[in-house]
Amino acid sequence: MKDNGQNSHLTIALAGNPNAGKTTLFNSLTGLKQKVANYPGVTVERKEGAWTLDGKTANLIDLPGLYSLDATSLDEQIASDIIRGDQESVPKPDAIIAVVDATNLERNLYLVTQMFEFGVPVVIALTMIDVFEKQGHEIDIEMLAAQLKTPVVAVNAKSGRGTEELAEKVSSVIGTTPVIPYEYKQEDPNSGPHGKIFARYNFIANVVQESVWHSDHQSHRITDKIDRVLTHKFFGLVILVAILLLVFQTIFSWASLPMDLLEKGFGSVGDFVKAEMPPGMLTDLLVDGIIAGVGGVVVFLPQILLLFLFISLLEDSGYMARAAFLLDKLMSRVGLHGKAFLPLISSFACAIPGIMATRTIESRRDRFATIMIAPFMSCSARLPVYTLMIGAFFGGKYVLGFVSVGALLMLIMYSIGIVVAIIVAAILKRTLLKAPPPPFLMELPPYRLPNLRTVLQNMITRAWLFLKRAGTVILAISIILWALMYFPRSSQESVVSSQQSTRTGSLPYEGVVAPFSGNGVVHSSELPLPESEQLKNSFAGKLGHAIEPVIRPLGFDWKIGMALIASFAAREVLVSTLSIIYNVGKDENEESQTLIEAVRDARTEDGKPAWTPLTALTLMVFFVLAMQCMSTIAVVRRETNSWSWPLFMTAYMTALAYVAALITYQGGKALGFE
Amino acid sequence: MTLTELPIGKDARVVAVNGEGRVTRRLLEMGVIPGVSVQKIKMAPFGDPVEIRVRGYSLAMRRTESDAIEVSV
Repeated sequence: MKDNGQNSHLTIALAGNPNAGKTTLFNSLTGLKQKVANYPGVTVERKEGAWTLDGKTANLIDLPGLYSLDATSLDEQIASDIIRGDQESVPKPDAIIAVVDATNLERNLYLVTQMFEFGVPVVIALTMIDVFEKQGHEIDIEMLAAQLKTPVVAVNAKSGRGTEELAEKVSSVIGTTPVIPYEYKQEDPNSGPHGKIFARYNFIANVVQESVWHSDHQSHRITDKIDRVLTHKFFGLVILVAILLLVFQTIFSWASLPMDLLEKGFGSVGDFVKAEMPPGMLTDLLVDGIIAGVGGVVVFLPQILLLFLFISLLEDSGYMARAAFLLDKLMSRVGLHGKAFLPLISSFACAIPGIMATRTIESRRDRFATIMIAPFMSCSARLPVYTLMIGAFFGGKYVLGFVSVGALLMLIMYSIGIVVAIIVAAILKRTLLKAPPPPFLMELPPYRLPNLRTVLQNMITRAWLFLKRAGTVILAISIILWALMYFPRSSQESVVSSQQSTRTGSLPYEGVVAPFSGNGVVHSSELPLPESEQLKNSFAGKLGHAIEPVIRPLGFDWKIGMALIASFAAREVLVSTLSIIYNVGKDENEESQTLIEAVRDARTEDGKPAWTPLTALTLMVFFVLAMQCMSTIAVVRRETNSWSWPLFMTAYMTALAYVAALITYQGGKALGFE
Repeated sequence: MTLTELPIGKDARVVAVNGEGRVTRRLLEMGVIPGVSVQKIKMAPFGDPVEIRVRGYSLAMRRTESDAIEVSV
């Protein structure tokens, strides 16, 4: 948005309390012409769009939802910086549109009284008047404007009512200086440290008394009736669990159809390219590196879209605050906010939308703590790994006659993730993310029908941000991983020598002499190698050898090490990599009997089985805890706006995974298991 | 008495918001200032937080916050 200053001469800030209808108004004024980014150096979202005003194009900046401009939170800091003109990336606004909810006039006007003090002209956009009047109350808009000494426009973002008048009024105030309509004497001895707050509310009380006629008839609000059920001590929890189940079910299983389609789609694009282009490195890069890599990212889109559909519906309807209200006590025991629940639950399907969903948590520390533990929830990408291991070594076994060992192991894996997440959250909140408990003051907004357009816009924005930001990083990492497995190219000859040198027991990776094209020696066959041989001689293979001393104590040989390295791209890649390593073809899936048998029959170089039930269990424990997902890393990078958090996350999770796997393997051996 | 001790469903008037710093300030800014009338609506299933009604809207707060609010019936 470098053209802000040049092309549009006007900057208008849109500010208001959360739930005042600000987003709906913003969408209605700017349409699809909006951009979302972060303010430099922070994770506060910056939303702006073009608004045509009096023939000119104004840049409309949507400030974060606020209760106050006194800068107690990062959002408030950014907002007051912008209004003051101290935010470098944004020109000082020429006017502020204050979105005020008529049904919640007193508290909404508090923010407005603060705005007057910044010297920027203010126009009030009064929303929800229809709701207010339906409740039997009346509001005198002219009187309100006279009292506040600033224009007031009744708007209805859905029908577009008032938007033209709003544009007129904004044009007319530009260049004027607002009058602070209330008196406050600093020297008043009775005012105390909060005298100004009292003065503002006293003024507001008078304004409301003059301009609003409240109906005596205390009609029972619909919201209260709904809340009697939805925040009921028992039914409230039952309904919450049902809603979470529905969300979980949707992103876990209903998303799988479009995901499969996307996967197949990218597969056939790859096949097509492979068939149409001459064989060679470029084709391989395109097919196995870029198309497969990008496909691996795009495949998450259905989950992200569906989760954000639910989150938008839950947020906009007002239910999210109720869910946080119901669960806050449980979550606060581990130092998290009630709103952390949904992101964490969603992470069981996939940590990526889960981490993106933490945006609903206002406190930065609470939010980061939630992000840091979200990947411990066993996501759907771990399932193929669990399934393969259980299928190969624990299938068809039962304890106590009827409990399937496989199901029991699944339960244990999910539980390990949850328990470790709780412990880590508690530790983080006492160390790195230590802070006095943030004030828990959460508005429970009236229930409202979600605005379809806002919901869709939110879904599209999230999906686009994911594709744009995560996509670039993931593409780069995919190409690197592809190159690691692709280079150096080896011929038949060098493979034989490498295998021999491996057998002679010298350091294996020194022995792998794999020049790019056979040392200029003319080979009888320059045929491409079987994929498994190529992989063994690649840099990834060498890395597998290199890390063997480290993973030996976990019972893993270098081939498993190689698969582990590949799985840092995405967990489920372990299955296809093992298929290539064991030469059963990379299209085998985790339920394939061929692959299961290949894993069972695999031997290390000294002829012992490469896998035992204990190794399989160790691998599963490793997968519960290790940070093996480049998409998650890319998303954490975006959501924390720094590289240190994702790197820290990768390091501590993988270290934890290693220690836990070590304990599992060595402990298991000490107990006599194989 | 404090807002924590106020029985569910009862109306009261805020007498004082005790304490210094961020929490107090935020409570005042949300409109919980001396003289305003509040109603305690309900408690969450596990006993905390609590929902109150103030200035026509619903506000949830934890016990630490409601302990700081002095009310008189």
